Amino acid sequence: MDNLNYLFAAYTIIWAVIFGYVFFMHQRHRRLQRELDLLKEDVDEQKMD
Amino acid sequence: MGEKNIVRSNILLGLGFALMTAALYLVFIFAPTEEAMGQIQRIFYFHVSMAWVAFLAFFVVFICSILYLWKRAIKWDTIARFSAELGIVFTTLVLITGPIWAKPVWGVWWIWEPRLTATLVLWLIYIAYLLVRSYAAEASRGARFAAVLGIVGFIDVPIVYLSIHLWRTHHPPALVSDLVPSMLLPLLVSVAAFTVLYIILITRSISLSNLEAEVRQLKDARANQRRS
Repeated sequence: MDNLNYLFAAYTIIWAVIFGYVFFMHQRHRRLQRELDLLKEDVDEQKMD
Repeated sequence: MGEKNIVRSNILLGLGFALMTAALYLVFIFAPTEEAMGQIQRIFYFHVSMAWVAFLAFFVVFICSILYLWKRAIKWDTIARFSAELGIVFTTLVLITGPIWAKPVWGVWWIWEPRLTATLVLWLIYIAYLLVRSYAAEASRGARFAAVLGIVGFIDVPIVYLSIHLWRTHHPPALVSDLVPSMLLPLLVSVAAFTVLYIILITRSISLSNLEAEVRQLKDARANQRRS
């Protein structure tokens, strides 16, 4: 009664979900960082005007 | 991020990586194969660890929700929100790995028995917790409603934990004292690894929310500049 396919499926899903969540966080971070840089440039330009 | 925070974050990452590597070694190589269930029992180590981390995450939501309602400081609401998100991720994994373990052992994916049903209810409560925020007209009102749900919803955590003692259930009892040392060690290291993973993810989430706040501030500053 080994059921290695079930064991493999369980651990694959665990790592897929954890990596998926970390990737989602990373994307969120990158998007915010890009938005922040653009805003900083915009605010600096307006100050110079 | 300050230099001190970067060092702290790198130490946590290193510790998490070492613990997770050790946990994988202990689960797949060190731990003996359980006689009745065979290899599939190795799901147990991560399944229980993720359930522990989910409980911890919801406990943090509970404490931070009380602090938010008491002090009205936004930082408590932020920690509660991200901790709920992480609790949902780990409960989802518990709800997925449980049936994968159950199918070869019980012959069915799912049984409507107390432990499984209470865990599903727990997952739904915290999904509602996040939905309340997104559907509220004002952010502060959403945070208040969510905090109340975060306090009341936590009642289900002890119900999930005690369900195997309170009712007759198919779920195996979680008696750590019954485990032989060669099974207890992989479990304890897995619990430690997932706890560190939770700390890493919650810390990253908080720095993400600081970034969000900075973006909001700059947007307001730009809007004010345009108005004047």
